[in-house]
Amino acid sequence: MRVWKFGDDIDTDAIIPGRFLTIYDEKELATHAFEGTRDEFSKKAVAGDIIVAGRNFGCGSSREHAPLAIRGAGVQVIIAESFARIFYRNAINTGLLPITSEAAEEIRDGAVISVDTAKGYIESDGKRYPIDPVPAFLLEIIRAGGLVEYARAHPEIKTCSE
Amino acid sequence: MANGMTVAEKIFSSKCGRTIRAGDVVMAGIDAAMIHDITGPLAITQFWEMGGERVFDPERIILLFDHQIPADSIPAAKNHVMMRAFAEEQGIRNYDLREGVCHQVALEKGRVAPGDIVVGSDSHTCMYGAVGAFATGIGSTDMGFALKYGALYFRVPETIRVDAAGTFGRRVGPKDLILRMTGDIGADGATYRALEFGGSGFSSMNMAGRMTCANMAIEMGGKAGIVPPDTVTMEYLKGRGSFDPVDIAPDSDARYLEKRGYDLSNLSPQVAIPHNVDHVAPVEEVAGRKVDQVFIGSCTNGRFEDMQEAAEVLGNESFSEKLRVIIIPASRDEYLKTLRAGLIERFVEAGALVEAPCCGPCMGGAFGLLAPGEVSLSTSNRNFRGRQGSAEAEVYLCSPATAAASALYGEITDPREV
Ligand code: SF4
Repeated sequence: MRVWKFGDDIDTDAIIPGRFLTIYDEKELATHAFEGTRDEFSKKAVAGDIIVAGRNFGCGSSREHAPLAIRGAGVQVIIAESFARIFYRNAINTGLLPITSEAAEEIRDGAVISVDTAKGYIESDGKRYPIDPVPAFLLEIIRAGGLVEYARAHPEIKTCSE
Repeated sequence: MANGMTVAEKIFSSKCGRTIRAGDVVMAGIDAAMIHDITGPLAITQFWEMGGERVFDPERIILLFDHQIPADSIPAAKNHVMMRAFAEEQGIRNYDLREGVCHQVALEKGRVAPGDIVVGSDSHTCMYGAVGAFATGIGSTDMGFALKYGALYFRVPETIRVDAAGTFGRRVGPKDLILRMTGDIGADGATYRALEFGGSGFSSMNMAGRMTCANMAIEMGGKAGIVPPDTVTMEYLKGRGSFDPVDIAPDSDARYLEKRGYDLSNLSPQVAIPHNVDHVAPVEEVAGRKVDQVFIGSCTNGRFEDMQEAAEVLGNESFSEKLRVIIIPASRDEYLKTLRAGLIERFVEAGALVEAPCCGPCMGGAFGLLAPGEVSLSTSNRNFRGRQGSAEAEVYLCSPATAAASALYGEITDPREV
């Protein structure tokens, strides 16, 4: 359950290069995660590991292959100083939890940390950091178990003009 | 305190039939949805997973292949087969691989109107802001939802207003402006925000230039990049479809998060340096760097006007034999215009490879990949590490004029000096 620390502006081409986009299986995508950027990740990441990054994580393309490749590697939580908009939404929709927290700056590569989403904090080196709250409409999707499950539970939806 | 509305607020308000302000979260109906061969298959799978049977409205779905055409691998071919079957089954018009790059095709076929809310499972969907639409890129799962319900959750963004004044100097153009802006605002400076472009610099800009600028809003993290529609927009849309007039002009006292201004007459050719789009410098600072491949094309700069800009710099010369030049018009229409103007012949004569409309080397998914250590100069929109092949290759971004000038000498060259 170690931390994989990344810097600022980690883009979706770094997470999963364009030549692998015909793959949709998350386990197979995971074998190419961060290829060329940090090759040891796909070899050594294990279930429960956490990615910690700087600003603007996931910037670039709208490819959902990016959160899938990360999830396929067993990572369920990403903590960053900030996320790119499309990646943030894609992560939630595919069941990967994006957390924004000031902790991201201080946590080291290889650190062992714990995340308590219910109580809203991250613990690292005996220090507790608060987690920024998730917007209400996204919580609804998370509670449903992702956007697919949310849609299954709602045969009809109301738009703002109704 | 300013209390007027931005273009983005006006579009959502008119869609919802009540006042909607930045920060509001709304489930808004969408006017069009675009899917292509890379993100489309997963969107369709998610649509099915959600229990989708019929898409909300086949006539509002724009479907085509552009990233991996003609199929460059067996998995790509299978994706095409799957999407063809989906289009057929749902009664969606399929442009297949005939028309070109998705964003260019969506606009030139009149599939997007001013005031529309449009989503595309591609981050550069923001380009449709060039005609005054609120258009944004989404992931495949969001797209599955949009295909099913014809609606999607939006958090209405705050807006950064950018006004341009003055006129571009010789061989300086919209790409230089948007690169400079990206350098100033930063790769995440507009995250969760809309960019609104205005001022005399934009009202005198042709549609090709507006598309170049709106296209790159995402490179600042922007959710949309909108040029309020005017007579230039209406002229462009004429004959492409029938559009109801909408009043979405921003109020003079609109509430902006931030305002920025540019004087186009002071602008010089700009280049984005590897590996970040916001790492931008005037061309003089990087002039002389050796280049192995020049790519002129993509949804950012693959229009006829871009081809003209490159051809004007090229003149009657030949491209340097020290590098490879790949030129790809963004769509069949743009290709035909370029062909009829005699420019394709000129490019081929000068030593370029001119390919059929597609994304080409832009995304590094198909052909034109770079080897480790190689350097590419590209008119596209991203220079991320590994974007065009090897993670040890480098990609510089620039305008068609700078690309053509550099292609003449085999090194980054200031187009004003040619
Ligand atoms: S040309 Fe490049 S940026 Fe545009 S849609 Fe194709 S891959 Fe994306």
